[in-house]
Amino acid sequence: MAKIKLSERKIQELKEVCKSFNNEKGELINVLHKAQGLFGYLPAEVQEVIAKELNVSVAHVYGVVTFYSFFTMVPKGEHPISICLGTACYVRGAEKVLEEFKRILNVQVGETTSDGKFSLSCLRCVGACGLAPVVMVGEKVYGRVSPDGVKDIVAEYRS
Amino acid sequence: MIKLTIDGKQVEVEKDITILKAAKTVGIDIPTLCYFELRDMNIENRPGGCRICVVEIKGRRNLAPACSTKVENGIEVNTHNIRVLNARRTVLELILSDHPAECLTCAKNGNCELQSMAQQLGVRELPYQGEQSTYRKDTSPAIIRDIDKCIMCRRCEMMCNEVQTVGALSAINRGFMAVVAPAFEMNLEKSSCTYCGQCVSVCPTGALTEVDHSRNVINALADPAKTVVVQTAPAVRAALGEEFGLEPGTLVTGKMVAALRRLGFDYVFDTDFAADLTIMEEGSELLDRLSRYLKGDKSVKLPILTSCCPGWVNFFEHNFPEMRDIPSTAKSPQQMFGPIAKEYFGKKLGIDRKNMIVVSIMPCLAKKYECQRDEFKVNGDPDVNFSLSTRELAHLIKASNIDFNSLPEEEFDNPLGESTGASVIFGTTGGVIEAACRTAYELYTGKKLEKVDFMELRGFENIRHATIDFDGLPINIGIAHGLGNARKLLEDIKDGKSEFHAIEIMACPGGCIGGGGQPYHFGDSEILKKRAAAVYQEDAGKTIRKSHENPFIIQLYKEFLGKPLGEKSHHLLHTKYFDKSASVFVEE
Repeated sequence: MAKIKLSERKIQELKEVCKSFNNEKGELINVLHKAQGLFGYLPAEVQEVIAKELNVSVAHVYGVVTFYSFFTMVPKGEHPISICLGTACYVRGAEKVLEEFKRILNVQVGETTSDGKFSLSCLRCVGACGLAPVVMVGEKVYGRVSPDGVKDIVAEYRS
Repeated sequence: MIKLTIDGKQVEVEKDITILKAAKTVGIDIPTLCYFELRDMNIENRPGGCRICVVEIKGRRNLAPACSTKVENGIEVNTHNIRVLNARRTVLELILSDHPAECLTCAKNGNCELQSMAQQLGVRELPYQGEQSTYRKDTSPAIIRDIDKCIMCRRCEMMCNEVQTVGALSAINRGFMAVVAPAFEMNLEKSSCTYCGQCVSVCPTGALTEVDHSRNVINALADPAKTVVVQTAPAVRAALGEEFGLEPGTLVTGKMVAALRRLGFDYVFDTDFAADLTIMEEGSELLDRLSRYLKGDKSVKLPILTSCCPGWVNFFEHNFPEMRDIPSTAKSPQQMFGPIAKEYFGKKLGIDRKNMIVVSIMPCLAKKYECQRDEFKVNGDPDVNFSLSTRELAHLIKASNIDFNSLPEEEFDNPLGESTGASVIFGTTGGVIEAACRTAYELYTGKKLEKVDFMELRGFENIRHATIDFDGLPINIGIAHGLGNARKLLEDIKDGKSEFHAIEIMACPGGCIGGGGQPYHFGDSEILKKRAAAVYQEDAGKTIRKSHENPFIIQLYKEFLGKPLGEKSHHLLHTKYFDKSASVFVEE
């Protein structure tokens, strides 16, 4: 498992998050939400700190992290790429677009490229079905993406 | 009161109870699988997850799980109509579709609740063939996790978290991928597991079992170059008979000794002897700390905590390392026995310690880990080589064609087989501290203790306290069994709120009689009570009931050890504790 050593300052920030929820056990999910916002993901060390602050077992925290698909223990890339696999996008070839992203970036869904630049995930509908198939990079939306257009999108962020 | 009918019978019960319990009051035994209860100990698991206990409530669209549905006025419950029976069978068939059909070679064969349920519901074929979830097998020094056999009843999770507050196990992932595992799916050995084994004692299937060391013992017994010595813990004799169909609470001390002799052990000794020794050391330590405290020595820490229980030692090393100078430094009886057998008894007979194998029979799984600890080895040779559970001993006896019930009653060998009533009660909650009081009272006051039974220290309440009069000096005693209860007492000490002079802690509910290595009790707390009664019965029947009066203990100090807390004792009979709280998840 990838391991990191958090800086004292980051740990302090995390403790502040816990404190803002009065270190209450019942607030675990909210704390995890904020923590993921803070770090971009939830590495083991972060979960350990949260467990200690909220006085619950690390196993329990890990249980919650693995239960909800929103939480991730893998760091997101600098440019998170999301492919919409909702019905409209799917029927207009989103799967082929996804395959092309996987091929070009050489990662699977849920993974991050080794240089940390890109991570790949899927989502269900961003409410822009008229533009199907839709791809998001960070906050930016790309419409009517074809497999051929994938390399241009990636190139935009590579430079 | 609530009035309802169950299978046509009028039932009147208090509100807030479940249909399952209401049915029991009129002799209707609804089958359950994930549900688990240990009455009088506040231990209950009812996640309503397995759906075996479903019943029909007239007028409701869906069947309801009886274990987690409360009674209501006027409802009509049916527990065995065709709809219920079909649903129950389908539920079981679906559970079995994701369970390895390995009953023949499974460690739980014959003790498996899933197997019994298949038998009870008459399942004769497995109609569903679907995907099977697989997971790696995890072997720790004491416990094996074979998660392929897990049915997600989550009893182990309840025991580990709610009862023991150890928090080593949790349900992780979701749906078909869900398993019960330590944090980050680490192996149990890397987690905060104490090896108390309570997860094993409640697991309905073979998903959690002990590491079986029987083969090692058989090999040692077959080796003519080895002198094989066995020691048996007090709680074993109060439960072993259950494995041979005897009533719970039947004392089988004599038959157990006879069986061990027939198995080929060269010397059949008693951990009780070492328990008497523990009292000499631990009791002296208590008096030493107490008298220094009373003289105003500010460096003395009170309360003193017992240290006989290896699950408890693991617990405070993981969770309260900053308080590890409070427990007594006395080793547990198992680990006192080892060096006495190898360094005293063995040397007397001219046997090199490398040629002596010490086996312990324990009601406990943490003892397996304890005897493997590095500090209990001399040049790599463990003081105690192998620790078998009560269950493993029963298997060994059966496999060796010994008809246990027809065995004569035999006596332990001397000198390490002689013990007092005080040592026998080590096997139950409250027993260690009662034994300590019997000796400490006489050593402190110099007077004879007329009434050796301290009834105020006995019982099954989670946390008990009593004040014992040491001839004008009131001694406050605390007792906790179950690690969750121990945690409460520890937190009081941490907060400076504790007024106890001495505290006894045992990791398992009920003490060693309820240990993780004992015959399965299947949630029947009466069995634990009967085992405790048996232990007290053995104590009452002994002529010598105070540890310091054991003639062989007196001889041991005279010949070998010198005096309690002396230099030799310090070297052989005392230990130190470690800080195990450090994160195992983050590399330095």
